[in-house]
Amino acid sequence: MQFPVIKAVSYALAHTPDLVVYGSKPERELRKNPELMQQISEHLRSFEQACAYPPHQVFIGSLPPESLWDIPRPWWQSTQNGSARFGSFGEFMPETEFYGLLRIADDFDLVQLEENFLQSARQRLLEHPLFGEEDVARLGSGLPISVIETRVANEGALPLRQNGRTVGCVVKGHEEDPVLRANFLLENLACKASGVLALRRLFEQTGGHGTPASTVDYVINSGEEAVGDRYQRGAGNLAKAMAELSGCVNSTGSDVKAFCCGPIHSIVIAAGLIQGGIFENVVVVGGGALAKLGMKFRGHLSKAQPILEDVLASFAILVGRHDDTNPSIRLDAIGKHDVRYGGSAQAIAEALIAAPLEKLGLRISDIDKYAVELHDPEITESAGSGNIPQFNYRTIASLAAIRGQWLREEIKDFERRHGLPGFSPTQGHVPSAVPYLGHARECMLRGELKTAMFIGKGSLFLGKMTNLSDGMSFVLEAPAKSVVNQV
Amino acid sequence: MNLSGKKVIVLGERDGVQGTALTECIKAAGAEIVLNINQCFV
Repeated sequence: MQFPVIKAVSYALAHTPDLVVYGSKPERELRKNPELMQQISEHLRSFEQACAYPPHQVFIGSLPPESLWDIPRPWWQSTQNGSARFGSFGEFMPETEFYGLLRIADDFDLVQLEENFLQSARQRLLEHPLFGEEDVARLGSGLPISVIETRVANEGALPLRQNGRTVGCVVKGHEEDPVLRANFLLENLACKASGVLALRRLFEQTGGHGTPASTVDYVINSGEEAVGDRYQRGAGNLAKAMAELSGCVNSTGSDVKAFCCGPIHSIVIAAGLIQGGIFENVVVVGGGALAKLGMKFRGHLSKAQPILEDVLASFAILVGRHDDTNPSIRLDAIGKHDVRYGGSAQAIAEALIAAPLEKLGLRISDIDKYAVELHDPEITESAGSGNIPQFNYRTIASLAAIRGQWLREEIKDFERRHGLPGFSPTQGHVPSAVPYLGHARECMLRGELKTAMFIGKGSLFLGKMTNLSDGMSFVLEAPAKSVVNQV
Repeated sequence: MNLSGKKVIVLGERDGVQGTALTECIKAAGAEIVLNINQCFV
């Protein structure tokens, strides 16, 4: 049987150190103790430092994930990669350009930039390969700083700062609606803008290969941001808003919500829409999570390291009809965490890993690579949250050992042989396996990888509607024409 | 293990041992669960 394929994958990071204070944790802590601002400011990274950070270079495709095994920790002290802004999957965008992109993504005059800053952003965006005159025309002309300061002081606007200087603001969207406050609108605009960046990167890759943006039928936004107003908080639809700014003129779309597991659900739904003959090309997109910026900053400060959650991450994935050249999604072996499985680690692993592999007649050790929650351990360890991917690999290896498919004494080796080091920013839904999809596709096209399993998990219990968690998985299989299969 | 007569607060973690699994074990040992909270540390 033939299955839908992954035709292209893109990733983007936007360096937004001055938005860290608007992350949920820093915002709450600063409200209690405004003197923390000084400490936070002193621990923010420069563009060059953040761009050179090895996990970021892996994320945008300039380094393979496995290279991190050999780069000495702490990675934040590493400068060996220079500061290559553009990688094979995407880019690392500076803050000035991203503030401009926020304005471009804004249809309601919510983002207001100071006139001199706006000119600087305009110039930089004009030099950017993905933005043209039509885009920068959306920037407008900017406002005097006095007007912006008045809006911040008297009208409930949220200041946009750069290096301690106010360069713009985000105004509220309604006089009384708490859901349209400036901070929520910034959260949603940050997601939209970063998602658009990933989408434009995606179509830069595919446009010359027969799949321009205009051939996309449907866009699914898999992120967690809640777009709506007081009557329908979280109703959506960011997908169509992103599609509009990315040239997807023949597309509509919707948002799929499943906490961090949203991307895997979305990919499976996208593949199902194609397999069912409803659509030909479906894009799954995920924008950045403003609320997660600086989430572990307390731990980072306590270890005298920079605040590492200073980037908004995004991705876009083009799923299309079966062909002989791209890796396919095995829809006959989707793993899912059904209600009846409950919450034990073994039951979840059996549902997501063992059960689908049994359908394919495979053992756990037959899969070349497992992509799990790929959080960068340098972000989580200093905050006491441990190495999340490593923990997941131990669980998979333990399940394999229970089933007699892996030696008990080699459980620790599973991570290096079938796993990956964590390299994703802790951006909610973004780290959930999908950061490896671009690398896996490239490896499969080169004939270096036959199979990979992508496993996403979601913490449904955080919303107080159920004590359950969730999970979903799929197997990606190399194309028949890859080098390894021709041998 | 016998936890009869004990009251227990359960703190689970998504990528570790979840609260629902801990609850089943502790109930089987005879204790009363007074609070079951799951956390997500990422």
